[in-house]
Amino acid sequence: MTSDPNFRALTGIAAFAMLALAAGAAVASEFERVLPVADAATRKECGECHMAFQPGLLPAASWTRIMDGLQDHFGESASLPADIAAAIRGYLTQNAGSGDGRLIRITEQRWWLRKHDFAPSIWSRREVGAKSNCEACHRTAAQGLYEDD
Amino acid sequence: MKTILLLAATVAFGAGVALAASGDPERARILDGYAAQAKAPDFTGFSAERGRALYLGPHAGGKVADTPACASCHTRDPAGTGRHYKTGRDILPMAVSANPKRFTDPAEVEKRFERDCVNVLGRACTAREKGDFITFLSNR
Repeated sequence: MTSDPNFRALTGIAAFAMLALAAGAAVASEFERVLPVADAATRKECGECHMAFQPGLLPAASWTRIMDGLQDHFGESASLPADIAAAIRGYLTQNAGSGDGRLIRITEQRWWLRKHDFAPSIWSRREVGAKSNCEACHRTAAQGLYEDD
Repeated sequence: MKTILLLAATVAFGAGVALAASGDPERARILDGYAAQAKAPDFTGFSAERGRALYLGPHAGGKVADTPACASCHTRDPAGTGRHYKTGRDILPMAVSANPKRFTDPAEVEKRFERDCVNVLGRACTAREKGDFITFLSNR
């Protein structure tokens, strides 16, 4: 064995990759997939404070409301320069999914509630923190892969 | 693959040390810009001590009640890794000593002041406050 942290990390990554490949091949149906975020500005700006949610998780009307309300984004200012905001708005709305366009929270969409029907105490766990923290349980959520467990 | 990763890490580390040692011309330009805006009879230069007070707060009247100070998310030690108060997302250190790329992109700097002065103070920051803040964190 070695104590070189680089080597250990690489071994870990390799093992995880092999595991993920094997699991993916065997139980592909247990992953829900959405297209990953392909736009660099969206990845950067949205991803600074939270996982950059994939455009397919909300309908276009919801994204429009969110981009209209960046001055008060779930209680805080997340304002952006107009040109960057316009580019992100275009990407999100053009690649949007379906759902209730009156709701801006992914976690209030009906499909989401159906898939997350469990004890509310889960959300207050330190490692979860908030319903919006997809990656606490869906480790590959940032790539658009939501393992269904 | 491993060799490439190690090589990239070595190069990145070397560049970071060089920047920290030499200071950054872009950061100096950003500070000069705020100094020019702050020009008033009473402006005699930026103060790291005022910047520290601004950073540590606590302030009243901010848009986000949970964050009465910059330190609320960035922690009281600006060389430490911060944490978004709600999402838990890591925030890279504010102190230039720990994060040499801080305050080197003017658009990024303005974007953050634009937002977080409102979130923490409930108003826009003055040019003098911005310069004080950067001066404090450049010395940390």
